This record gives sequence, structure tokens and C-alpha cells, in this order.
Amino acid sequence: MGNNSDFETGLRTLFTRVFGDSQSLDAFKRLSGGASQETWALSNSSHSSILRRAPGGTSMARSSAAIGLPAEAKLIEAAGIAGVPVPKVLHVLAPDDGLGDGFLMSRVIGETIARPILRNDEFAAARTILAAQCGNALADIHSIPLEGLPSELQLSDGLTQIAQYEEIYRGFDVPRPVFELTLQWLKSNAPEPLDAVLVHGDFRLGNLMIDENGLVAVLDWELAHLGDPREDIAWLCVNSWRFGQSQNRVGGFGQIDDLLNAYNEKRGTDFSSNDIDWWEMLGTLKWGIMCMIMYEAFRSGADPSVERAAIGRRVSETEIDLINLLETAHA
Amino acid sequence: MHDQPSVSELVVAVKSFIDETASPQLSGHAAFHARVASNALATVLRDLEQRPAAEAEERKGLIALLNGTEDQSTSDLNRLLSERIQTGDLTVKTPGLLSHLKTTVMAQVEIDQPRYSGLKTAKS
Repeated sequence: MGNNSDFETGLRTLFTRVFGDSQSLDAFKRLSGGASQETWALSNSSHSSILRRAPGGTSMARSSAAIGLPAEAKLIEAAGIAGVPVPKVLHVLAPDDGLGDGFLMSRVIGETIARPILRNDEFAAARTILAAQCGNALADIHSIPLEGLPSELQLSDGLTQIAQYEEIYRGFDVPRPVFELTLQWLKSNAPEPLDAVLVHGDFRLGNLMIDENGLVAVLDWELAHLGDPREDIAWLCVNSWRFGQSQNRVGGFGQIDDLLNAYNEKRGTDFSSNDIDWWEMLGTLKWGIMCMIMYEAFRSGADPSVERAAIGRRVSETEIDLINLLETAHA
Repeated sequence: MHDQPSVSELVVAVKSFIDETASPQLSGHAAFHARVASNALATVLRDLEQRPAAEAEERKGLIALLNGTEDQSTSDLNRLLSERIQTGDLTVKTPGLLSHLKTTVMAQVEIDQPRYSGLKTAKS
């Protein structure tokens, strides 16, 4: 997509288009985070905004599971109307913006990195209310009417996901008996599916903006789909997303009953912590197979970085978590 | 053939070059990858030291569980174990299966990520 000065001109034109003729862009910089999308901070003294766009200004989704940026913008708007804390979408990129696929949103201030959120004193008060806030936000997401949502959203329930991930795992032809046992156990113990709701798909620290008062914004909607509400709750409980604080089942910061009390009260459901167990095991298996996929990018030569190589040695983390979960299920 | 320095000694030397000399001069993405590289070398050192005993233990467990024989390779035995689980021949209730898998995976995590929280849970 053009050269750097075309890109800069595009950003300047975009900024003025969105904020008005009297507003010109003073500063722009690429932010880290978001591995699959580019994130740029655009600002002047009166306006601070974030551009999320496809890598290099292309218009291709990262994978078949991702819904694409225009659909993501529509979802964020729908979530905002439903009362979910999200950034405000200011503009969806059009072809004549010359910047590829993406959208401009308001800049929300806070922390997304798990380690400081779980350890630093400034977040101590936030940690005590975050589980309930997550329960409220998830209840609001799962209550969004499905009519009018982007047609890119795919229906994906638990058994569909097992089939998808099993196919990927078998494709690698690297037998892992723990994954084999988990696949069989999940199939034999699958709960009745619930009516499909909008599922965020990646609701965990890293994708949640937090400040000293707790949850400020739910970010990264690209893995959203239609499915079982318990999937979102359980994904937040997967031990990898507790970042070392295993004793706190919810994201390393909270207790499941605090989340479920808030959630059930808002949505009129009666989920108990046992209802989350099967989905936590599925989430753990999915993350293990995702680590295998990332290692495969190294093995195949597509991404020769040490980071992609090393992630192959994190698959065993999910195996020990699965053993712990299988033991508990059969204690 | 000589082994002075040994493979472990060479890895230790490269790791301390990364930690003491290279890393302090790096920032951003390169500093992050240097940290990942250093951690990977720590895994290499643990693997060199712990794998032989861990694999012998795994092999013993596989032979016992599958009535295997010494002429079967460990990877063939693991493939067979996976097939028997897939067909439902062995399940989570099969005596000895879960404990064999737990012993094997714990040894693997001791090499890969010894500070991982799930390992502490498994030991408790």
C-alpha cells in the first residue's frame, strides 16, 4: 500500500476528515501490542484517537476465524449501544481513504498488560471488583440481539470447535496422548448446547483495558462468533490466562462466584461454577493446539523467530493443566 | 573426540553473553527476543540434564501400560497409546493411565517451564 509519505498523507487527510477542517494531525505513532493488526495513535491537542488497520494496509483477514475489521467496527458499535464498555468508533475506513481496511476509534486510557494489572498496587482496588465487572460486561455482550449483527459472524458451538481443533491437531501427526485423552473425555461429557449468543471469543487480560477503577473497555473483537455463552466465561478461567495467579480462577484476579453472581443477576441465568468446567477444559485444549500452530509457523520456515520456536515448549503447560482438570473431574 | 568445552559449557557461555553483554544494549522488540532466546537456552540446559532419565521413566511406563516390548521405539509406543485412547480402549478410568501421563508431563514441564503455576498445582 504505497510508500511512507502516501501513508502519512492518508493519515493527515483522515484526521481532518473525521475531526473537522480546523483540526490537523500533530503526532502519530505505531503502538506495540496487537500482533495481527496494526495499531496507530493519532492525535493533536484536542483529539486523541486510535487507528486499527490490516497489516500494511491490506484488506485480508488474518485467518478464517477472524471476522475482518469492518465487521469488528460494527460489533463494537452494537456492544456500545448495549452498554458494554468499548471505545467509540469514529470512522470506518473507506476505499478513498487509501489506507486499506480498518477503523478509527477514540483512545481509551488504561493498562492492558496482565502483569502490572495483577501485581501493581495502583490496581489493588480494581482487582477486588473486576470479576463482577467482567460478569456484567459478559452478560451485556451475551444479551445483544442477534438480528442486525454482521453476517460475517459464524456459528461455532463446543462440538464444532472440538471437531475443528481435532482436525488441526491430527494434521500435525504428532501424537500427544494427553490431548487424545482430553478429546475423548470432552466428547463423552459434552453438555447440552445452549441457545447461541454473541460470543466475544477472546475475553481475557491482554484484551481488556483496565484502570484503577476496573474495567474501562473490552477490546479486540476479531474472534467474535455466535456460540455458547459459557465459552467466554471459561476462556477467562483458563490457567494460561491467570498469568501465574492460579488461585484466582477468573483471570488471575477474581473468584468465579463473584463473576457468576453478577452475570446471573443481569441475564437471569443460573450458571454455577460446575457449568464452566467442561468449557475450561476445552479452552485449555484450544490454547495448547494454538501453541502447536504457532510453533508450526517456525517449523515450516514461515516465521523463523526464536519466539515462535520457543512457544512449542509451552504446549506442555496446557498438558499439565489438562491433567489437573481431568484429575479433578475424576476425583 | 574431545568435549572441552562441553555442549553445556558452550550453552552457558552463549547464555551469559546474551544476558550480560547483548541484552543491556538492546531495546524494544530485540530486547524481548533476547529474553526469549536466553530462556530457550535455559530450557536447552535442563533438557540436556533431565531428558535421559525422564525418557527412560516414560518408556518404562509405556511398556507397562501397553504390554510393550523393548524392540518398540518410544515414539511408536506413544503413537500406540494415542490410538488406544482414541478408540476408547483406554480411558481416564483405566488404572495407571492418568498417573503415567501425569508423571511424563510433569517431567516435560520441569524441562520446558519449571516455574509454571500448573506444575505447582500438579505437585500439591
